[in-house]
Amino acid sequence: MDDFKPQIVAFCCSNCASSAAKVSHGMKKALPDNIKLIQVPCTGRIETLHLLKPFEEGADGVYVAGCQEDSCQYISGITKAAKRVKQVKDILEGLGIEPERIDVFQMSAGKGQEFVEVANRMVDTVKGLGPVPTA
Amino acid sequence: MIVAESKPIKELLEMVKDFKKILVVGCKGCVTVCNVGGAKEVGILASSLRIHGRKEGRDVVVGEHTLERQCDPEYIDELEEIVGDYDAVISIACGVGPQFLSERYPEKKVFPGVNTKFMGGAVEHGVWAERCAGCGTCAIHLFGGLCPIARCSKSLLNGPCGGSSHGKCEISKDVDCIWDMIVNKMTEQGRLSELLEFRPPKSWTTARDGGPRKMIREELVK
Ligand code: SF4
Ligand code: SF4
Repeated sequence: MDDFKPQIVAFCCSNCASSAAKVSHGMKKALPDNIKLIQVPCTGRIETLHLLKPFEEGADGVYVAGCQEDSCQYISGITKAAKRVKQVKDILEGLGIEPERIDVFQMSAGKGQEFVEVANRMVDTVKGLGPVPTA
Repeated sequence: MIVAESKPIKELLEMVKDFKKILVVGCKGCVTVCNVGGAKEVGILASSLRIHGRKEGRDVVVGEHTLERQCDPEYIDELEEIVGDYDAVISIACGVGPQFLSERYPEKKVFPGVNTKFMGGAVEHGVWAERCAGCGTCAIHLFGGLCPIARCSKSLLNGPCGGSSHGKCEISKDVDCIWDMIVNKMTEQGRLSELLEFRPPKSWTTARDGGPRKMIREELVK
């Protein structure tokens, strides 16, 4: 399983997480190349179906990176996203797939280091779980 | 509206485990408004079934279609061209939908994707509460505009019972005692004495107790 490179989709809010991504880039702290970043204007716009689709297409993990609860420009974006992530966790569990394959992280705009750490943490978690089984 | 909730995905997987071509059919009526059976939820259920099929190594084809309404034959006809490609149909409309579908397409195996709960409305975003039990002879004007049949745990027409305490029903502190509300409302409106008026017992023959119901409107019948 050591050579397993999980495919991970990350939905990032363009205000905080993506600016953290830029900072991390400036710091030459590269994001693992198996993470596909999808920038959204606000994580509150991410629907349950958006979070499920990557699994349908073969992703091994999905996460949402958004603002701190008190710094969302659109007030409750990340709170809504967290509720939808929870809904998808429940669905995955019902399907017999580990709910840990999806998660939500909150970060501040300038924290490039944090952005990369979160990505690595997610890679480690999903690596530990292995690929979504395809019998 | 008719309020429903999704069946647990595990239950649905068990229902359709022997089928490889499944059509998920939504409805743009009540179940869209209560976020359980509209086009969005069709997408979520279909995606979940595909993810499961992939996981199990089963080549499952899942179609998606959302009808204007499933309780009107004219809209159900729309499935005629599509339904033939599938072995099973999951309807996520209220209980009326899957029945209309199985009556219209008798050769298809039709499964209910939601549990139909009650007639009610949204009391806040994401929260729905029961308001009417469809007794067939509405009498809420006698009770300050509040329905004791649907909203009193014992459907008492001469409450409150002894279990009413601080405005709550004895079954749970989360349930308002509707009779407490009725008495307050009638008092506020200066009509409390109306509750003392003698009324003959309610006839339940117009409710479910009188058997399955049907309504004929001659002026509309073709
Ligand atoms: S009195 Fe009957 S018809 Fe009227 S709201 Fe109550 S249950 Fe519904
Ligand atoms: S406490 Fe109120 S709502 Fe509950 S059963 Fe008695 S009268 Fe009905």
